[in-house]
Amino acid sequence: MSHESPHAKLIYMANQIAKFMESKPHAEGVALLASHINDFWEPRMRRHLFEVIDAGGEGLRPLVLQAAEKIKRPVSA
Amino acid sequence: MKDFIIPDRDYGTPAAKSKQMVTLTIDGFDVTVPEGTSIMRAAAEIGISVPKLCATDSVDAFGSCRLCLVEIEGRNGTPASCTTPVAAGLKVTTQNAKLKQLRRGVMELYISDHPLDCLTCSANGDCELQDMAGAVGLRDVRYEAVQTHFRAKDTSGQVNAQYIPRDDSNPYFSYDPQKCIVCSRCVRACEEVQGTFALTIEGRGFDSRVSFGAKTDTALTSDCVSCGACVAACPTATLQEKSIIDIGTPERSVITTCAYCGVGCSFKAELRGDELVRMVPYKHGKANRGHSCVKGRFAYGYASHQDRILNPMIRENISDPWREVSWAEAMEFTATRMQGIIDKHGRHSVGVITSSRCTNEEAYLVQKLTRAVFMNNNTDTCARVCHSPTGYGLGQTLGTSAGTQDFDSVEHTDVVIVIGANPTDGHPVFASRLKKRLRAGAKLIVIDPRRTDIVQSPHIKAAHHLALTPGTNVAVVTALAHVIVTEGLFDEAFIRERCDWDEFQNYAEFAARPENSPESTALLTGVSAEELRAAARLYAKGGNGAIYYGLGVTEHSQGSTTVIGIANLAMMTGNVGRAGVGVNPLRGQNNVQGSCDMGSFPHELPGYRHVKGEGVREIFQKVWGVQIDDEPGLRIPNMLDAAVEGTFKGLYCQGEDILQSDPDTKHVAAGLAAMDCVIVHDLFLNETANYAHVFLPGSTFLEKDGTFTNAERRINRVRKVMAPRNGYADWEVTQMLANAMLKQSGRAPWGYTHPSQIMDEIAMTTPSFAGVSYERLEELGSVQWPCNEAAPEGTPLMHVDGFVRGKGKFINTEYVATDERTGPRFPLLLTTGRILSQYNVGAQTRRTANVAWHTEDLLEIHPHDAEVRGIKDGDYVRLASRAGETSLRAKVTDRVNPGVVYTTFHHPDTQANVITTDYSDWATNCPEYKVTAVQVGLSNGPSEWQKDYAAQAAYSRRIAAAE
Ligand code: SF4
Ligand code: SF4
Ligand code: SF4
Ligand code: FES
Repeated sequence: MSHESPHAKLIYMANQIAKFMESKPHAEGVALLASHINDFWEPRMRRHLFEVIDAGGEGLRPLVLQAAEKIKRPVSA
Repeated sequence: MKDFIIPDRDYGTPAAKSKQMVTLTIDGFDVTVPEGTSIMRAAAEIGISVPKLCATDSVDAFGSCRLCLVEIEGRNGTPASCTTPVAAGLKVTTQNAKLKQLRRGVMELYISDHPLDCLTCSANGDCELQDMAGAVGLRDVRYEAVQTHFRAKDTSGQVNAQYIPRDDSNPYFSYDPQKCIVCSRCVRACEEVQGTFALTIEGRGFDSRVSFGAKTDTALTSDCVSCGACVAACPTATLQEKSIIDIGTPERSVITTCAYCGVGCSFKAELRGDELVRMVPYKHGKANRGHSCVKGRFAYGYASHQDRILNPMIRENISDPWREVSWAEAMEFTATRMQGIIDKHGRHSVGVITSSRCTNEEAYLVQKLTRAVFMNNNTDTCARVCHSPTGYGLGQTLGTSAGTQDFDSVEHTDVVIVIGANPTDGHPVFASRLKKRLRAGAKLIVIDPRRTDIVQSPHIKAAHHLALTPGTNVAVVTALAHVIVTEGLFDEAFIRERCDWDEFQNYAEFAARPENSPESTALLTGVSAEELRAAARLYAKGGNGAIYYGLGVTEHSQGSTTVIGIANLAMMTGNVGRAGVGVNPLRGQNNVQGSCDMGSFPHELPGYRHVKGEGVREIFQKVWGVQIDDEPGLRIPNMLDAAVEGTFKGLYCQGEDILQSDPDTKHVAAGLAAMDCVIVHDLFLNETANYAHVFLPGSTFLEKDGTFTNAERRINRVRKVMAPRNGYADWEVTQMLANAMLKQSGRAPWGYTHPSQIMDEIAMTTPSFAGVSYERLEELGSVQWPCNEAAPEGTPLMHVDGFVRGKGKFINTEYVATDERTGPRFPLLLTTGRILSQYNVGAQTRRTANVAWHTEDLLEIHPHDAEVRGIKDGDYVRLASRAGETSLRAKVTDRVNPGVVYTTFHHPDTQANVITTDYSDWATNCPEYKVTAVQVGLSNGPSEWQKDYAAQAAYSRRIAAAE
């Protein structure tokens, strides 16, 4: 299966990370999810993620949304 | 070119390991050696070579030739020095009238049944029989043998039944029985060193002969895996490299490192003039201890293969034919294009891929190119698609992204878990060392969907084989932890001292949950609960426990989670920090470890330091004189996504064939096709080059200086054996490209004149390499990082007095089923792997005689699954997944369980990655190669995609005729 749009793929990836972090104590999970995305996602990917979040975050697991404010918004390059 | 002449004498018998020392006298000289040493070896230590034929120091003594006789004061007779151990106070005589006479008698017997064609024999100058005839002063042979093994016809003209013609079936060595002295060195080498047991001595007395298994077996059709150990051990011309027969004996040698797998074997490249005559495993190589496999020993012919491209080529569009140009023109063209992209689309629109096949110095320069010339962090490496979860998982739990042991450690192991690795095929020399340990009594647990050779082979049988359903590693590993926790098998003292006890409590609570018990997970994993419990008990309580794992662990949606789970197991059982234990990733390609160490990943600078760290950036900013981007760059899959989306336009890809090796070929092709400048730097027009605008010819490991870092963190020297056929070593090509771009933007050029200067820069900037330099490597032979002030000789074992990260960290490993599931349309699970004779995408090994063993990729399918589909062995079948379809031949075998099919990915025509999907590891995006839901059915021939692909490939490989 190929993910058609870049958004669908990023939603999928963010949710995958969330599923791992969900087995941790909540606050830790939120913090680690955010730092994982900050550490490994290039600004373009984070920008797309914020497009999804800003549009209501449809399809994202709650933990991703809860971590959103800790995820760095990319400065436009 | 430097000539390294290192004394490589044969001590006759292996070194004894005892710490107890014994002093004796040999020919009037005192010598002190470890207890258990043979008299022969003790004599050799003081430079006395006792004549010998059946002894060699790679195998245990056998005592059959009786040439090595000595006299011992106060003992009767003339014992064989190879089988007689030293004892305190012995007085040994190795040469006197009686011994001389006895030895001549022995030699006479040998020579009477040996052809006297020394002058034209291929072993002339390299034959121990010849040497010994000289050493014992043999001047005439008093009797003529009536019966011989070497005359095709006997004296009365009858056909000689004892004569066996030469067996030339193996592409690399020949077996000529007429020259055999039946010393059994080959048989012992095959058993003791290689562990294959392909050779036996058949018959007795005069009738005894060396044989490749059954009478009908030739060298090629036997169990022989062509490792060459027997060839190296043979004292005569009987087993000999064909290259020696063709060329003659070598006259000089250079020590270097195999460029195939992560074992990193040391070799002596033996040459005559500039011609490579043979590669012989180097006895003092610390990874291989004198052993090798078929790839490193024999499969180097690709270096001189006619397909190799030796001149740079460019083209405007990928639909144009290639045009050969000068290096200057190629650089001008490339720099202009890349600069044009940067000017138009910004500095983040280009990037690089470093190679795990190239040297550390080359990988370092390629990531420097993107960071300091392109000014972004868009660098990634093929390690992404194999071991990135190792970096993440071990970094999180233990604190370093590397294996904990050296290979020697296996000699102290009592219980070995091999999970998701196929060492006999993927890491053969390590497998031989492992098998040796298993034959000595260590226990083995294999966790793999497929019955790999290590599960059962001559004299080896795994205590437990957990044949799990692909994709359920995490469930199995967590269930093992469940048993260890709930049955109280953990090592509390170790955990309290070395880890955080509260964190362990938390993890223990998680693992102990009923849903993680082997009974609950059995349905999911297909592994019997009882078997799993037994395995857990064995690992926890069976003595030194070591875990070795491979791509079957990492290449999953939950690859990183499994690595974490493995580290958890080792920590909770106290199996870290000493010889014989540990967590050991078996790296695929030769320099996977090194390319990761060198900052190839987009988020970290060399030495695994995140780009967000200001202090770290500062170090490099000072040395490089540029500002370094503080945001992580794109990983390979992200680059391709960005390319399809239109924001990524230019890629420099060194020594890596992403179109063939990365999953979801169609997506990769779309990404490449969307770029404006793809630069492929490789030996051959690989599959990726079909989409390239620039082709820069690469150099082989034989043609450059540098270093590789193997799976045990060992930095080994690669030495230039011959001049690069393409004109430049790869590091020089990267530098030319950097300088062409720097010139265009008016910046100062790089000025490296030798790779040692690059290593000096690495040492200067990267603490774990601080003590590494070419001089140091020259001194020590090789060194395992960290190598710095605290560990000037390097670090064989990690985490000895505490974890690198401080306290070992337990992290919960929740099982999340992959979304790649079977269903009515795709009811089978495909998993992939590799085989011994081929290497990765096969670009090199397919261009050698190794194809004798593997001419095409085959699909392994269980008889039951085959039968319901009407598939017979050898049928052409169609293999389809949600991503695409291809076709190949089926091999019906019960090595795989029902419901599972398996193939290799060595041949581009098969295009196994058309099938694999773009699912990937949650933490690192390492693709999920190891699980794909598929359907298999009979087919008539290549799929549409294969035909289209073949046509496109042929079209795009056109090279315009030179004017
Ligand atoms: S080449 Fe290796 S496997 Fe083959 S017979 Fe010789 S030692 Fe055994
Ligand atoms: S083939 Fe060579 S090593 Fe083997 S028994 Fe004959 S002479 Fe010895
Ligand atoms: S391929 Fe691996 S095991 Fe074989 S010789 Fe090379 S480094 Fe050694
Ligand atoms: S070398 Fe000692 S018996 Fe042959």
